[in-house]
Amino acid sequence: MAANRPTASRVSLTPLQWAVQIFGELLITLGCILILFVAWQLWWTNIAANSAQKDAVQSLAQEFDATPEADAVQETHQAQGAENAPSSETYDPLTPPITQAPAYGKVYGVVYIPRLGEGYARPLAEGVGTDVLDTLGLGRYPGTQLPGEYGNLALAGHRQTNGAVLDHIDELQTGDAIYVRTAQGYYTYRVYESTIVLPHQVEVIAPNPDAPHAPASEANRRLLTLTSCHPRYGDTERYIVHAEFVGWQPNQAGAPEEIANISL
Amino acid sequence: MYGWIFRHLPGPLWLRIITAIALLLVVIYALMEYAFPHFEQYSPFNTDVTIDQVH
Repeated sequence: MAANRPTASRVSLTPLQWAVQIFGELLITLGCILILFVAWQLWWTNIAANSAQKDAVQSLAQEFDATPEADAVQETHQAQGAENAPSSETYDPLTPPITQAPAYGKVYGVVYIPRLGEGYARPLAEGVGTDVLDTLGLGRYPGTQLPGEYGNLALAGHRQTNGAVLDHIDELQTGDAIYVRTAQGYYTYRVYESTIVLPHQVEVIAPNPDAPHAPASEANRRLLTLTSCHPRYGDTERYIVHAEFVGWQPNQAGAPEEIANISL
Repeated sequence: MYGWIFRHLPGPLWLRIITAIALLLVVIYALMEYAFPHFEQYSPFNTDVTIDQVH
């Protein structure tokens, strides 16, 4: 046996044998690529999206901490009539300012849901296109209401891939808090209903889900609705969680107690 | 095919093993960075999470 490469000692293959061998190797390669794809999607996209969302949440929280509401815009009040801008000393938790409408794709808030995990803080972005939901976390349906506004603040989020922000949405229980923090402060909502609907049942994101044809101007409750796919790993249905506004506090007043210890 | 490639890599055996691993990693990186994001739209796991909207 020669010590150099074994090329010379190989049995020579006929063209047909070559073709069969290459075909077989291509099939094995294809199988490996498919396995890699599944691993990539169910595992790697979460790592990538979680990292991007963590960065977004951190930079936004710093921005909010550094900008007191006095500097932040208060023109959000026109929908509420003429009321005074809330100061840090005296504010009415039941008359929140309304967060300004952001541009599509912009991250403008942080959503805290303690039930979904210790330290759960995800970005709130504008829009529900795949470009938004795949990297930025929770997206607001354009056309639904804004934090603090009467009506329905409807958000969508992935359940498995791309950060899996609402993977455990089915574990939310009545009374669980959902905090939304924007430049205008912390809005607290409490879960009052969970339901499973078909994808076309748009009434769940209507300003008033109980009267889906009523215009937003007639809405008399401030709701927040989370939507995600159902069942897990499928999307034949949608998992819906409704929550209702219970209070607001400005950023200077600090975080609500339940999320005060979350270090971003 | 892979045997043919491996035999045609330059250098001694240890270098060819390292080169082969490096090539494999390059291919995996290219798949993850370019191919998989493109094909994600056809995946059954990339589910639709939104309620159909009224336009």
